[in-house]
Amino acid sequence: MEYILIFITAIFINNVVLSQFLGICPFLGVSKKISTASGMGMAVTFVLTLATIVTYLIQKFVLDPNNLEYLQTIAFILVIAALVQMVEIILKKVSPSLYQALGVFLPLITTNCCILGVAILVIQKDYNLLQGVVYAISTALGFYLAMVLFAGLREQMAMNKVPKAVEGMPLALITAGLLSMAFMGFSGVDGGLKLLFGLD
Amino acid sequence: MKKLKSSLTNMALVLTIIAIVAGAALASINAVTAPQIEKINADNLAAGIKKVMGSDDITVAEPQEHKATVTGKEKTFVVYSVADKQGENLGCAIQTSENGFGGELKVLVGFDPTGTILGYTILQHAETPGLGAKAGLWFQPENGEKRTVVGKNPGQCNFTVSKDGGDIDAITASTITSRAFLLAIQNAYTEIYVNSKKADGTTGATAQSDKK
Amino acid sequence: MSNFKILMNGIVKENPTFVLLLGMCPTLGTTSSAINGLSMGIATMFVLILSNLIISLIKNLIPDMVRIPSYIVVIASLVTILQMLMQAYVPGIYATLGLFIPLIVVNCIILGRAEAFAAKNNPIASIFDGIGIGLGFTMALTLLGAVRELLGTGVLFKSDDFGIAGITLQGEDYGMLMFVLAPGAFIALGYLIAVVNKLRKA
Repeated sequence: MEYILIFITAIFINNVVLSQFLGICPFLGVSKKISTASGMGMAVTFVLTLATIVTYLIQKFVLDPNNLEYLQTIAFILVIAALVQMVEIILKKVSPSLYQALGVFLPLITTNCCILGVAILVIQKDYNLLQGVVYAISTALGFYLAMVLFAGLREQMAMNKVPKAVEGMPLALITAGLLSMAFMGFSGVDGGLKLLFGLD
Repeated sequence: MKKLKSSLTNMALVLTIIAIVAGAALASINAVTAPQIEKINADNLAAGIKKVMGSDDITVAEPQEHKATVTGKEKTFVVYSVADKQGENLGCAIQTSENGFGGELKVLVGFDPTGTILGYTILQHAETPGLGAKAGLWFQPENGEKRTVVGKNPGQCNFTVSKDGGDIDAITASTITSRAFLLAIQNAYTEIYVNSKKADGTTGATAQSDKK
Repeated sequence: MSNFKILMNGIVKENPTFVLLLGMCPTLGTTSSAINGLSMGIATMFVLILSNLIISLIKNLIPDMVRIPSYIVVIASLVTILQMLMQAYVPGIYATLGLFIPLIVVNCIILGRAEAFAAKNNPIASIFDGIGIGLGFTMALTLLGAVRELLGTGVLFKSDDFGIAGITLQGEDYGMLMFVLAPGAFIALGYLIAVVNKLRKA
């Protein structure tokens, strides 16, 4: 039950993009078409899950026992960068078709702040490994959902005439604001779920 | 100066040197800031205890951690027994927490020996700015009898928001935060003053920490 | 280019927020008030100036192939130093900005300036570029924060962390909280960029 709660909270209530402002760059940058948006979403899901597991293990088995917590930022970002490189190389060899689908997005992921952000959040929230993994996957799915919804809206809007000054980024941002408002409707749902599952 | 070539030795050498320099720089700065961070936390806590007990002339005993299971969840209460300079028991300050609207809401609340609230302060919160974040000011005594928690005793009044039939007005548009806030205090009161049945904070807290 | 021109370039012509559209996460995430935006801008500027300086000093010592990892180590170290200093001396604002402080590492502005400017220019020019871009970013964040704070709460430059009461421009009952919350960030920034676009074309 606890996992369902983490799952729903991370996707709808605290959506990583629309309410936590992580991963905004790809959200605004590669969301002109649904197909690219969903490719990016999948790549993020893949890397985010892997990165959370690896950084969690590093925190618990390397940094914590040696009192090196202050090296967290630097260790995590290096691990994520290395991981992305490795995923790229392995995918290229093992599954060329998957590589074709995700390949172009992989290099962009190192600087996607939702990867580092979630890795740090899992430590801050004091999750155990399983909770952390569930949280990471749900967050990534939330990212995927936001990307695809947003790309759908933008595809539709591309056909409309808008004032010159609003064209492009401003319109995208205002649309994102409306989408974020829609997601605000979910706030408070977690309280209801907690009651339903008898967790609180 | 010419740029170094991308030979394997050069690359390995440069990366190693950068890593060592960075590591050394961080370690030395950490050595300087770590005591300062500890001191600031301790100062904040000491100032917080003085604030919630409403007195500057106090001696604070070593904190006692008190773990308890409240409605199926493990909660930790940190109890600081407080006496005045003559050694007379003034009650205790308790650090308690509850899940608010945006995350953990950590409250430090001061009780006199009978369990009447002397004051409170919010130690940490993730509530909405402009709404739940107002909790630090909302429940203070200058806002009138209907809003404040100070001077009330959770055991002797209906310690919930008026929406739930209680005696305290919730923060406008922030019922969840207000409920969490009151529940955090209520839990602390119930654990320390009722369940342990030792209204006297000094010995009570010590006894409880053995109990766990 | 004179150093003054480099400075103004960062503030106006290549303003990271309004023109280059970089570093959107902290821009949206930390601007619930003007002071928060200002603090985030200054924190980023601190890292940006030092990373530009260090990278332009060591640029010739770094082989091309390991360029990016080296830059990341330098930037991440600077961010960690910033984290430790903020925790020790301004803990209130550190807690408010929270996650976005370590996330300065992945702010594209910093790595972008390292690649595009510091790796090609001398240390003095790089410092000026850092100051310029940093100021441009800080000003944009403060402006966005001020707009959101004013529309949302009717108060300007209020900060509990620094104990500043701020300027009250509306009554206590005023509130359009949407602007302080997530949707307001997107919408306010969207309209600000539209206004900037209009002004630039005029």
